[in-house]
Amino acid sequence: MTTTNVSTTAAFGVDDLSVRIGSAQILNGVTWSVERGETLGIVGESGSGKSMTVLSATGLVPRPPAVVTGRALLGQPDGSQSDLLTMTAAQLRAVRGRRLGYVFQDPSTSLNPLLTVERQLTEGLEYHLKMRPAEASKRAVELLEMVGIPDPARRVKNYPHELSGGMRQRVMIAIALSCDPEVLIADEPTTALDVTIQAQIVDIVRSLQQRLGTAVIWISHDLGVVGGLADRIVVLYGGQVVEQADVETLFEQRSHPYTQGLFAARPTLGRTGNELVTISGSPPDPRELPPGCVFYDRCELRLDDRCRTERPPLVELGPEHWVRSFCATPERQEATA
Amino acid sequence: MSAAQVTADTAAVTGSAPLWRRSLKALLASPVVWFCLVVLGTVLLCAVFGEQIAPQSANETDVSRAFTPPGPDAWMGTDDLGRDVFSRVVLSAAPTLQVSVTSVGIALVVGVTLGLLAGYYRGWVDVVVMRVVDVMFAFPVMLLAIAIVAVLGAGLTTAIIAIGVVYTPIFARVTRASVLSVREEPFIKAAKSLGARDSRIIFTHVLPNVSAPIIVQTSLSFAFAILSEAALSFLGLGVQPPDPSWGRMLFDAKSFLNQGWWLSVFPGAAIFITVLAFNLIGDALRDVLDPKTMTKERA
Repeated sequence: MTTTNVSTTAAFGVDDLSVRIGSAQILNGVTWSVERGETLGIVGESGSGKSMTVLSATGLVPRPPAVVTGRALLGQPDGSQSDLLTMTAAQLRAVRGRRLGYVFQDPSTSLNPLLTVERQLTEGLEYHLKMRPAEASKRAVELLEMVGIPDPARRVKNYPHELSGGMRQRVMIAIALSCDPEVLIADEPTTALDVTIQAQIVDIVRSLQQRLGTAVIWISHDLGVVGGLADRIVVLYGGQVVEQADVETLFEQRSHPYTQGLFAARPTLGRTGNELVTISGSPPDPRELPPGCVFYDRCELRLDDRCRTERPPLVELGPEHWVRSFCATPERQEATA
Repeated sequence: MSAAQVTADTAAVTGSAPLWRRSLKALLASPVVWFCLVVLGTVLLCAVFGEQIAPQSANETDVSRAFTPPGPDAWMGTDDLGRDVFSRVVLSAAPTLQVSVTSVGIALVVGVTLGLLAGYYRGWVDVVVMRVVDVMFAFPVMLLAIAIVAVLGAGLTTAIIAIGVVYTPIFARVTRASVLSVREEPFIKAAKSLGARDSRIIFTHVLPNVSAPIIVQTSLSFAFAILSEAALSFLGLGVQPPDPSWGRMLFDAKSFLNQGWWLSVFPGAAIFITVLAFNLIGDALRDVLDPKTMTKERA
C-alpha cells in the first residue's frame, strides 16, 4: 500500500493506526505526523474518526473493548521516537500532561466544577514537575496571565462556573501548557464557543505556539478555523485519510471529491442564493464499510465499477499532497470547482 | 490581547467563597435547620453530659415511688421500679448516638468505598459488589439485623455491627449510581489526559462530585439507625438491661401501658424528635446541595 510515513524528526505522529471496536472499524490505517513548531489540522465531519485518532494514540480509549494497532510515535528529547501504544500505564501517565497537553471541546464540562482554577492548574505541576505547593500556585498565576486572563491573581481562586466560556477554555489551555509539553492536542477547542471568542482562542494558541515552539494538533470540523491556523491539513473520512496536503495546496488544488464538497459547503459572505450547499447522504456506518471507496455512496464523481469494488490507495498527486480517490484529477476538480 | 476583548470576555465577577461555606450559609438561613440543630445539640449534650444533667442514676430504684406520674418530683414520672424516666431518657442518648454514629460510620466508609470501586472500574468488580448488594437488599432490614445479632450474640457492639452491615448496601448503591454518571464527565477524561492516576481521579475528582447524595444519605441513615437500634433493643437484641436505651425503655413499658402512659410516651417522643430532626436536616441538605439550586445562584 502506498502511504505517507511518520518522519523521523516528528514531535508526534501516528503510523498506520487502526482502531476496531466490536464490529466497527473506526480507523483504518491512518498516518500523519506533526513537526516541532508546526500546526497540523485534522478535519472531518462527526464520526469521521478525528478525535479517535488522538484519543487512541494517547491511550485514552479503553482497551479492550477497542483494538488498536499501528504505532503512535512521540519524539524524545534525544531524537529517538517511542511508541505510546506499547507503553505501560505508568509510562503513559508520565507522558500525558507532561509531554502531551490536551484541550477538549467543551470547557464547561472539562473542568471539575468543585475545584478552584488554582487547584486544577497546580495538579499537573505538582505531579509532573514535583513543584512545591507555593511554587505551583505562583506558576498558576503566571500561566493564567500567559493565556490572557485579566487579574489572574484573583481569577485563580475562582470556580469554573464563575468564569465565562472563553475564560474557561483559556484555563484549559493554561492547564494543557502548564508542564511545557512538546505537543498540544486541541480537540475541537472552539466548537462550543461563539465566533469572537473562537478567534481569540485561535490567536492565543498561535502566539503561544510561536513563543514556546509547541507542535499543535488542531482537530476541527471547521475548515475556516483550521485553514487560518494550520500548516498542514489532514482530511479524514470514514476512518481513513482521504487527503493530506499543506494549507496552500489544499485550498488551491483540493482534489478529493469529499474535500471539494467540504469547501463547497462553507458558507461564504457575498454568495447569493438562499440555500446552503451540503454533501447529501451521511458518512458510512463503521460496522459496514463499503468494500470500495468509503465515499462512494455520496460521491458525485464516482466511476461506477472500480470505485464500488476497489479501495483506492493513497496516492501522491504532487509534492507532499496525498489523495485517496480514483476520481481525483485536476481536470475533474476544475470541472466542479 | 486588547483591553476591549478582555472586557467582552469577562463574566460577572462573583464572590468566590468556598462552595462548602456557601452551602452552609444557605443551610443556616432556614428556621427548620435551626430547629434540627437545637434538637440534635440537645441530644448531643445529653450524650456527653448525661451524668451531670440526669437528676438520678439510671438504675436507682425506689419501689415506694413506683408509677409516680409526671410532676415536680419526677418530670417524666417513674417506672415500675421507681426509676426516674427523665434520667433514663437523658442517659439513653449516649448509647443511642454511639450506636447510630458508629454504625452509620461503618456503612458510610465501607459502602462508599465499594460504590466508588464498582462504579469507577465497572467490569467484574462491579458485578461482584452489586450482586452482593442485591442479595443484601433482598432481605428485610430488620430480619438481616436480627440474623446477624443471632450469630454474634446480643449487645451494644453487635447491634453496631448489625446496623452497619445492614446500611452498607444503600451507600454502595447511591455512590455507584452517582459515580456512573460522573465518570463519563469530560473533566475525568481531562484529568486522565493530564496523567492523573486512578486513585487521584477517584478521590480528587470523582468523590467530591458524588458527595452531595452521600451526605444526604448519611443524615437519613442516622435516623434509620436510631430506629433500628430502638427496634433491636425493643426486641431485646440491642442494649442489654439494666442499661437504658430508648428502645429498651419502650420494650419495658409495653407491659404497663395501662398503669403509666408516660413510660412509653417520653422515650417514644425522644426517638420521634431525634429521627425527625435527622430527616429534616437530610431534606435541607438535599435542597442546598442540589446542583440545580447552585445553578440558580449562578444565574
